[in-house]
Amino acid sequence: MKRLALAIALLLLATVPYWIGNSYYINVATQILIYAVLALGLNVLVGYAGLVTLGHASLFGIAAYAGATLINAGQNQIVVAIGALLATLAATAIFALLALRGTGLGFVMITVALGQIVWGIAYRWISLTNGDNGMSISTRPSPFGLSLASADAFYWATLVVFLSAVGAMAIFVASPFGAAVRGTRDQPRRMTALGYNVWLTRFLAFLFSGFWSGVAGLLYLYYNQFVSPQTVALSASAEALLMVIAGGTATLLGPIAGAALVIVMKDVASAYIERWNFVLGAIFVLIVVFMPEGLVPGSVRLWRWGISLLRPQAPRVLQREDSR
Amino acid sequence: MTALELRDLNKAFGGLRVTVTVNLAVEPGERRLIIGPNGAGKTTLFNLVTGELRADSGRIMLFGRDLTGIAARRRTHLGLARTYQIITLFPGETLARNITLSLLGLSHLRWNPLVRLNGQRDLLDQAHEALVRVGLEHLADRPVAQTSYGERRRVEIAMALAQNPKVLLLDEPFAGLSVEERRDVLSMISSIPRDVTIVMIEHDMDVALEFAERITVLHFGQVIVEGTRAEVVQHPRTREIYLGD
Repeated sequence: MKRLALAIALLLLATVPYWIGNSYYINVATQILIYAVLALGLNVLVGYAGLVTLGHASLFGIAAYAGATLINAGQNQIVVAIGALLATLAATAIFALLALRGTGLGFVMITVALGQIVWGIAYRWISLTNGDNGMSISTRPSPFGLSLASADAFYWATLVVFLSAVGAMAIFVASPFGAAVRGTRDQPRRMTALGYNVWLTRFLAFLFSGFWSGVAGLLYLYYNQFVSPQTVALSASAEALLMVIAGGTATLLGPIAGAALVIVMKDVASAYIERWNFVLGAIFVLIVVFMPEGLVPGSVRLWRWGISLLRPQAPRVLQREDSR
Repeated sequence: MTALELRDLNKAFGGLRVTVTVNLAVEPGERRLIIGPNGAGKTTLFNLVTGELRADSGRIMLFGRDLTGIAARRRTHLGLARTYQIITLFPGETLARNITLSLLGLSHLRWNPLVRLNGQRDLLDQAHEALVRVGLEHLADRPVAQTSYGERRRVEIAMALAQNPKVLLLDEPFAGLSVEERRDVLSMISSIPRDVTIVMIEHDMDVALEFAERITVLHFGQVIVEGTRAEVVQHPRTREIYLGD
């Protein structure tokens, strides 16, 4: 049953360009996948490690900026990808070293501050980042000689990366290290007493999270062929966090659903409703009221509840037999 | 060689001295009971031994090895395990997973992000064994949140025992248990082999008395009386401080 659902989902995802047809909507699907990779990475920290951060868009943006800088310096695509990811990992390590001095509110505030520093650099260090005008790249890369210029081709390339991210998450969650990360979220004190290095466990989870945010950032750069300070703004970090929370933290599918919700509202609903931000806000309020655990776990709960209502009520039947 | 030795241990929280020049020597295989009224500094003493708190002065030795400057998590790897007075489990996980996390703490596997935890047969078998030891194997797949308080107490002990410690610190293992449950837990603790040295804290003297070979009475952070069960019970200071005569 589960395998069948997985196969159908894969088939649907792989054939998106055929059944959507319109390249505008294929691009929307691509964006959903890009942001889903970011949200999956963020979920490692927010969901599994229990460390809420409001600075993740900076890591996403650093990958994009580093990639753009390397491309404009004439580097080849492999150097660009590796260089951008290494730059993101280095930035993530600095973020983690500073932010992991605290947990809870202290941790959030440090990530906000670090995010604002990155935003300040993107906005003000004009010789490095071209300031408010942002940085452009002339073309998308063509891995193995395949052109990614068309919407279809870029969608499939993104899909491959997205599926790798989902696979990496599934392996991480089921691994001993994944269990250790969740342990440091639930009982850090006990984990220390059991012999775990809580700080290092969190640090490595942060790096893993930062890596996938960097991958998403690089995809974002290739997709838009442009990056600006808007990408690393606090509102972008908040949006990513909302994707994770709305979809369901510490679940595999939650961040993907959250990314889809936000991007669809932003790109599709905004064409019909001018006040789409208001609608998005209202949807978040509804999620918080009716599914505080998030869209995916909440829907599962409602689904089970619905099925239990449809079933014949066994106890009543028994009662009738008793009275007879 | 003594299993656990404390030398001139001191700890103060601001002006409040919670551990006052404590000297303690526990022999290998010994069953030691530390009693004292609420606020005597018993749990603080455990936190100093495990490294959750850092002593202001003094030394802590485990089988002759100086633990004083060693991080808490390293002390676990050297053979120290503890239970908590306030139950500290992973409520959303099953009993088996709780024990597995405990076993994982001492295994290099805990850094491995690539293999499946549920595929580690010998780890899971060991976890099952640990649950058999405390008589909870039938609840292995139940989340902690759905078990009774008495069962959780036993999971606490199973988690510590699973690590095969040389020295086991039990912080009020009978707290909040019914008379029947206390008897079960006591017989379980009594069945722990002698290669494990046990130090137990209890403020209710009646329960733990039959378990202990030697007893240390703590009052306002100080060791007041130490000796065999009979000596301590008969000692006038014990009766004065502890029994309130």
